[in-house]
Amino acid sequence: MQNRREFLKSAGAVVAGSSLLGLAGCAGMDRGAGGHVVVVGGGYGGATVAKYLRMWSEGRINVTLIERSTEFVSCPMSNLVIGGLKNMTDITISYDNLRSRWGVKVITDEVLALDTAKRTVSTAHNGTIAYDRVVLSPGIDFMFDRVGGLAGNEELIPHAWKAGPQTVVLRQQLQDMKDGGIFALHIPKSPYRCPPGPYERACMVANYLRREKPKSKVLVLDANGEIQSKKALFTKAFEGYKGLIEYMPNNELRSVNAKTRTAELDFEKVKADVLNVIPPMRAGNIATQSGLPLINDRWVDVEWLTYEARGIPGVHVIGDSLFPAPTMPKSGHMANQQAKVVAAAIINLLAGEAPNPSPVVMNTCYSFVDAKNAMHVASVHQYDTVKKQPMPVPGAGGVSVAANEIEGKFAHAWAQNIWADMLA
Amino acid sequence: MNAKLVLTTLCLTGLAGLSHANDPNLARNLAATCANCHGTSGKSLGGMESLAGEPKEKLLQKLADFRSGAKPASIMHQISKGYTDEQLDLITAYYAAMK
Repeated sequence: MQNRREFLKSAGAVVAGSSLLGLAGCAGMDRGAGGHVVVVGGGYGGATVAKYLRMWSEGRINVTLIERSTEFVSCPMSNLVIGGLKNMTDITISYDNLRSRWGVKVITDEVLALDTAKRTVSTAHNGTIAYDRVVLSPGIDFMFDRVGGLAGNEELIPHAWKAGPQTVVLRQQLQDMKDGGIFALHIPKSPYRCPPGPYERACMVANYLRREKPKSKVLVLDANGEIQSKKALFTKAFEGYKGLIEYMPNNELRSVNAKTRTAELDFEKVKADVLNVIPPMRAGNIATQSGLPLINDRWVDVEWLTYEARGIPGVHVIGDSLFPAPTMPKSGHMANQQAKVVAAAIINLLAGEAPNPSPVVMNTCYSFVDAKNAMHVASVHQYDTVKKQPMPVPGAGGVSVAANEIEGKFAHAWAQNIWADMLA
Repeated sequence: MNAKLVLTTLCLTGLAGLSHANDPNLARNLAATCANCHGTSGKSLGGMESLAGEPKEKLLQKLADFRSGAKPASIMHQISKGYTDEQLDLITAYYAAMK
């Protein structure tokens, strides 16, 4: 296993041949001959679209990436940090290569508003920035007010559903928990970011507790009626943690008491030592507050050839913010795939050409059940010209037969390669 | 189910509406769907096979073997069935031409 430094070094070596280093000076200009694209959000979707726009346009399109955090922190693999199998440094990557190798202008800032008529974004610290096209990849924001007592109590009742400081808080609370304690994890109703993620987290916590605090218990309080992804595989994994993990479906959270770490559910009241609530969520605030068309008042409705918000040309939306096409998950892998479709479409549109009429996206999600064994779910989605959206290909995709060590190794390789595909 | 039958099924069901427009970047765009795992431009950092510079026929044979089950796989037997023959032809030609 490479450490992060070696990984970044080799990642650099791999792409050096196709580097745009000589074009880095162009990034400071607001509009180049090929146009200017502003990307909001530097996660799996945003970082990928920024890099691929520069790479595929051979530097002709200027790209500004605006991201709140100074470094990328990965949600995939963050459950392994919570379970003590990885450190924060393992899942944290600099944006430096996007700047120096690809000539992306990366700004650490927050976008406050989007003016779709004037084609500008206004930022907290860098004024107003004009664009020819904008890509919103803001991920999700939480609806804390849907659970009584939750708002403002993120430190006491962490979600850790955006990797970063929250991951550290939850890890610390788990470490501080006494042997014999109760770790309660609440899962909101679907759709939510990363369908298998909560169940993987339950396994990672249980894996740690079995080793360090075997008298403890993990309560999985699921608002849904059943396990939402890889059901048979997680059911088997939970059986392997018999006595440690208790799965309780149909338990929607009504309110919490942050001081006593008590959760009031539809039919239960649970007092926990660590209360990990993944709140109900919707598209990132910049998407929901900019007048874009929403479905169920939560997710952005897009045209599937260009990922433009329906009826709002020039505003592309990718990643977890979307109202998904059938069986399309909210995953980092899918955001990376959508980013490439959008990069290709924007390059064509800025050149006055039609977008690719038959884009393909595919998904792979690995989940760990213990320190070594992982399992996957995969799918391929082809654009259907009749339904005008990507549809899963029947007979393709599927899940692992069982969690296994080979896929545990593939899961680590997946992370290294996708992080490089976005950021190296 | 053999590979031919799978392909026939695909053509009859999921992909009936698939366009075959002649986009000069079609191969590049399709190949990019492999890059998450196999590396940007098919240059893997390790743990997954690099595709760049691999002979087209060798890649096509591997994919055919994944589809038929002749070559055991953890995941590629499922993913390879999601692409048409025409698409796999474009993808493998693209990677074969990569340095």
